Amino acid sequence: MKNDLIVEEMERELMRPGHMACPGCGEASTMRLVLKVLGEKTIVVILPSCVGVISATFPNATFAVPCFHSAFEIAAPTASGIANALKLQGREDVTALAFAGDGGTFDIGLQSLSGAADRNDNFIYVCLDNEAYMNTGIQSSSSTPQNAWTMTTPGGRRGRKKKFMQIIAAHRMPYAATASIGHPLDLMEKVRKAKEIKGMKFIHTLTPCSTGWRMPEDLSVKAAQLAVETKLFPLYEVIDGSEYRITHQPQGLPVSEYLKIQGRFRHFTKDDVDRLQKEVDEDWERLLAQSAMKGCV
Amino acid sequence: MRQLLAGNYAVAEAVRMAKVQLVAAYPITPQTPIYEKLSDMENDGRLTGIMMRTESEHSAMAACIAASLTGVRTFTATASQGLALMHEMLHFASGNRVPIVMCNVNRVISAPWAFGSDQSDSLSQRDTGWLQFYCEDAQEAYDTVIQAYSIAEQALLPVMVAIDGFFTSHFIEPVDIPDQASVDAFLPPFGLPTRFDIDDPAYINNVVNPEQYMGYRQRSFEDMEKTRPIIREVNERYQRIIGRGYGVVEPVNCAGAEIVLVTSGAMTSTARVAIESLREKGLSAGLLKLKGFRPFPTEEVQEVLKDVPKVVVLDRNISLGKEGIWCQELKAALYPLERRPEVHGFIAGICGADVSPDMIEGMVFQALSRAKPERLPTWVRRDG
Repeated sequence: MKNDLIVEEMERELMRPGHMACPGCGEASTMRLVLKVLGEKTIVVILPSCVGVISATFPNATFAVPCFHSAFEIAAPTASGIANALKLQGREDVTALAFAGDGGTFDIGLQSLSGAADRNDNFIYVCLDNEAYMNTGIQSSSSTPQNAWTMTTPGGRRGRKKKFMQIIAAHRMPYAATASIGHPLDLMEKVRKAKEIKGMKFIHTLTPCSTGWRMPEDLSVKAAQLAVETKLFPLYEVIDGSEYRITHQPQGLPVSEYLKIQGRFRHFTKDDVDRLQKEVDEDWERLLAQSAMKGCV
Repeated sequence: MRQLLAGNYAVAEAVRMAKVQLVAAYPITPQTPIYEKLSDMENDGRLTGIMMRTESEHSAMAACIAASLTGVRTFTATASQGLALMHEMLHFASGNRVPIVMCNVNRVISAPWAFGSDQSDSLSQRDTGWLQFYCEDAQEAYDTVIQAYSIAEQALLPVMVAIDGFFTSHFIEPVDIPDQASVDAFLPPFGLPTRFDIDDPAYINNVVNPEQYMGYRQRSFEDMEKTRPIIREVNERYQRIIGRGYGVVEPVNCAGAEIVLVTSGAMTSTARVAIESLREKGLSAGLLKLKGFRPFPTEEVQEVLKDVPKVVVLDRNISLGKEGIWCQELKAALYPLERRPEVHGFIAGICGADVSPDMIEGMVFQALSRAKPERLPTWVRRDG
């Protein structure tokens, strides 16, 4: 009887079992939760990325909803085209959804994402940020943390991770949020809100990658939780680019708790850790000030 | 009704009357009047669909592909650098089998920077899997855009309609615009189903293995071949309903001619004057206008030129390391003939440089005086 229940639960999943993600993949878990909320009336846009691999090869299909494997730099205009066509067809009960990685969002897709945000086209963009080009074998992106190891930054990345939510907020889209599989109910609530809002919605998720982050497969959820609880990846919403709301009060654990479980930071010195801790603390203070601003007005 | 219209406005009028549902565009000279006119039409309610003002041509094509897959009729227009930026998406459109129609207003490609008409931008997109048609004037541009939707939606392949920058895009000419009822009779509303069916979900553009990929490419190749009768049928039906038509080639006085001039696009009008003058001088000269580039009208060209001793090809484009692109294609098409005509390649009018009837007559006399064709094309320039 117990097995029957499991099968019944699996049948309701819009991300089918047997997909091609690595064990412990943060992206797979994130996509599963997002689709659980959005339901069957969803059209998914994916790109050549880890998601392109997770979605399986012909004739298999991971997603139980219509899906289009688009090109690397056009997640946003592809979802725009679908959303506008749905509007023309009077099918606005269907949600257009784009899944893009940090490479497809922070780097090669930034221009087209900006264009779609400017038009305020009606779709949800979920950035699955695993902080490097993981699909092609762990190359650095502009989302890779400073001094982290990747295959193209064997001595540690010089550049600093882009503060992407500031770029998103500057576009003044109706709804933007950060979310994490470490806090699944918060993530699902944000997707539910995004579904109800007309215009462009952006959800930035940090998706731990055991392969690229050089950590055991069973630590993905823990890594996601630690990123939030150390204030390194706080959970918040930005309404119309100006109204900030923190949705979870972090415990304020030291960032070293997050760093020490990942091989990509193994070479970090005390100075590296202190520098990151300082940056995280300053960012948190700025976020607190931003989220308090509305109260001051 | 006859109206005075620049070629770009004639194209915009055709897009409106084809009841295009989604237009996505980005401005570039000399395409901008199409984009502006369609925006005017949207503003005053004559264009009822959605205009997407994208941040690049690449995104314009991306949006058209996605909207077309969802099941609506789409249009975009571009030129030169814009088309080059779209290159990746051109392959993506034909590979995803979407019936997009695009107008490319031929303009020279940088470097150096310049603006004049030059077909290198679209001819160099030869292998992207798009049908390509080149128009002589504004009237043909209007008619070809309407026809293009019928062809694209039957073939499930995208169609590019090329017009010469400035010569066709900006010159004002009388254009006969049919009434909407006739256009509707010719072109029914977009009737293709959505590829994103919620009740029957599918994964579009999945990852395939080499055998599957090759099979897919072979089928696309065969389907491009199958567009030949579709293009013919569409033109005949257009002729019946609207009263005008064009072949993929147009021979003028080619039967029994000792020399035939081969042209495409706006330069054909000048060549018509030159050929008239040559015939008045007693020369048995013919003209062959090429409208179709992909699929290439191989059999039609062979039929017209099989008994012609000399052929002169005018190219407003150049492929470094070879010759004019129409000339290459024509030579390849004529190769299987038992008696092949001599083919003399001339490069003229690059970047919209002036090509007068006198200059064209000069090329014909030069070819006639040669015992055999030169290995390299002859560059014809005013400054020598």
